[in-house]
Amino acid sequence: MKHLMRTIPVMAASLCLATSVAMAGTLDDVKAKGFIQAGVNGDLFGFAKPDEKGVWRGLDVDTARAVAAAVFGDADKVKYTPLTAKTRFTALQSGEIDVLTRNATQTLSRDTDLGLNFVQVNYYDGQGFLVPKALGVESAKELDGASVCVLPGTTTEQNVADYFRVQKMNMNPVVIESTAELSKAFFAGRCDCMTSDASQLAGIRAVAPNPADYKILPEIISKEPLAPAVRHGDDQWMDIVNYSVLAMIEAEELGITSANIDEMMGSTDPKVQRFLGVSPGNGKALGLDENWAYNIIKQVGNYGEVFERNVGVDTPLMLERGLNALWTNGGLMYSPPFK
Amino acid sequence: MKSTTAAPHREEIKPPVTEIGVIGWIRANLFNGWFNSLLTLAVLYLLWLIVPGTVKWAFIDSVWLTGSEECRATDGACWSVISANIRFILFGFYPHDLQWRPLLAMGLLVALLFYSRERSRWNKMLAWSWLVGLFVMGLLLKGGLFGLTAVESANWGGLPLTLLLSVFGLTAAYPVGVVLALGRQSEMPVIKSFCVVYIELIRGVPLISLLFMSSVVFPLFLPEGVTVNKILRAQVAIILFTAAYIAEVVRGGLQGIDRGQYEAAESLGLNYFQTMRLIILPQALKIVIPPSVSILISAFKDTSLVVIIALYDLLKTTQTTLSDPKWMGYSAEAYIFVALIYFICCFAMSNYSRKLEKELDTDR
Repeated sequence: MKHLMRTIPVMAASLCLATSVAMAGTLDDVKAKGFIQAGVNGDLFGFAKPDEKGVWRGLDVDTARAVAAAVFGDADKVKYTPLTAKTRFTALQSGEIDVLTRNATQTLSRDTDLGLNFVQVNYYDGQGFLVPKALGVESAKELDGASVCVLPGTTTEQNVADYFRVQKMNMNPVVIESTAELSKAFFAGRCDCMTSDASQLAGIRAVAPNPADYKILPEIISKEPLAPAVRHGDDQWMDIVNYSVLAMIEAEELGITSANIDEMMGSTDPKVQRFLGVSPGNGKALGLDENWAYNIIKQVGNYGEVFERNVGVDTPLMLERGLNALWTNGGLMYSPPFK
Repeated sequence: MKSTTAAPHREEIKPPVTEIGVIGWIRANLFNGWFNSLLTLAVLYLLWLIVPGTVKWAFIDSVWLTGSEECRATDGACWSVISANIRFILFGFYPHDLQWRPLLAMGLLVALLFYSRERSRWNKMLAWSWLVGLFVMGLLLKGGLFGLTAVESANWGGLPLTLLLSVFGLTAAYPVGVVLALGRQSEMPVIKSFCVVYIELIRGVPLISLLFMSSVVFPLFLPEGVTVNKILRAQVAIILFTAAYIAEVVRGGLQGIDRGQYEAAESLGLNYFQTMRLIILPQALKIVIPPSVSILISAFKDTSLVVIIALYDLLKTTQTTLSDPKWMGYSAEAYIFVALIYFICCFAMSNYSRKLEKELDTDR
């Protein structure tokens, strides 16, 4: 019996090891099956959500499409697995999906303990506060004693508690399970302010009975770099996913869009030539076709196009570029040289 | 002696108006005694508070076939959230131009169920047509044969998925449950202890944890690259769970059978299987119709728990629709619609069980 008690954990551990060590050739597997299996959110407008016809749309969806365009030359060769916050990492570890593009915040423990590798961030988010203007509050530091509407079981809940403790303020959390119900409660006046990722708050304010009555406070109380993730132990695949995201950023910096890309093929700028594979090298280095970046931009668009299409000022979310602008415009989006 | 009844002219004296007709009924049923009168008045007052507002919200001020802008403008219900998204709510990710297939499959299921209502029609032919019917339904959903485009199970969603999980879940769980109940009564120690452990183990954990096990833990124990279909995993979890509950209900029925029935069967020289099939189970299962049906009904509703493992059943497609900023905030309308669908199914089930009970009631 004692012996048995000792062997079970060992067996379990070796099984876990087996799952994380195996699988070196995701690219070959993906090519063999003919599509990329991407884990996405499913309920998050602007990031990953099916529309009325069941067609997936969003920033995370376009990121997965970019990887497919790079690998297959066809952005439609993606299958989506909607995942909950709880099942997302297991799905990646177990090999059910090839890439996780599910607005996951990159953190140290996830990067190490969970056996994941995060690649280039595709959206810099942060947690903020939404208040009615009638409350007369200009800064989050004036929220002492406020009741705060917050989603349970997320880092959001923990962040806001930490923030109030550090600021030596009191708060009464009002915890409601779903975003839709939470915003309803907030608009009905059940709490003084609402906290969530800033990208969410913008969307919630957009559906308020009268959006002009509400404002987002300037304080951002946490860093939420949302990045796609792959499994540990397959560097080639990680490079492909990483540079697929970076290619969209680089294209914006080089001024290449899905509309003008065919003209840009004739550009004399060596940077553009290298990027588009006119002068070869990048594709071979990644193990892809030389026109991989061309396919991404042609079929999905550069980062700016993808941003504006899914979450930009003309969408219901009405988000400014902010941190997600190019580094040349004061944002954080910065790509290493493509050479 | 002169009879008083001999008078030819006899006028029938009617009871006072207050004792018959509508007024009489109201007096007899609603205002018989001060306490009941008080209750009636209180209920009437509540109805007066609730009904006009509800009717105004749901029917008079409501909008039905518009976009979301018109919804923002009205105070009433926005049923447009249903009409604008009905195809996604009902069919999920099923390819848009192929959605006649799940619709046809559901129609077939309803037709078969409706035809099978009468017990007089239960014969071999019907059993065969069920087999053929289920095959055709599967074919319609899955495709890939006879020129139908293949649709993977990952794209199944909405109402067909709910029905699939429940119909297969319940039909598979029932026989398993009966076998487990018999096993628990068995005198063979290995079988008996296996069944006891199984039933108690499954009944000791909530369905949600089984679903999590099947979707989160189970894949980690498979070899890399081997994945079992997500729907199948959830389906098996639902079957295992329901079977354990059915087993306990059936065991109750078995214990309700008189000892004499067993002895009678033995004295006729029937072996164990004959005894069970011909004598014991028909009686035991008859007794347990009401509790079985309540388990089936709750299992049917429990299929909506697959939401948490991100399967797009009816409830999940509705929630997804509600996460669209255009339709955020119309949850009441959407959930009423879903509740109505669930109610129709559950009410049909319980209604049918009452009918079955009446027909099988041979004691009187």
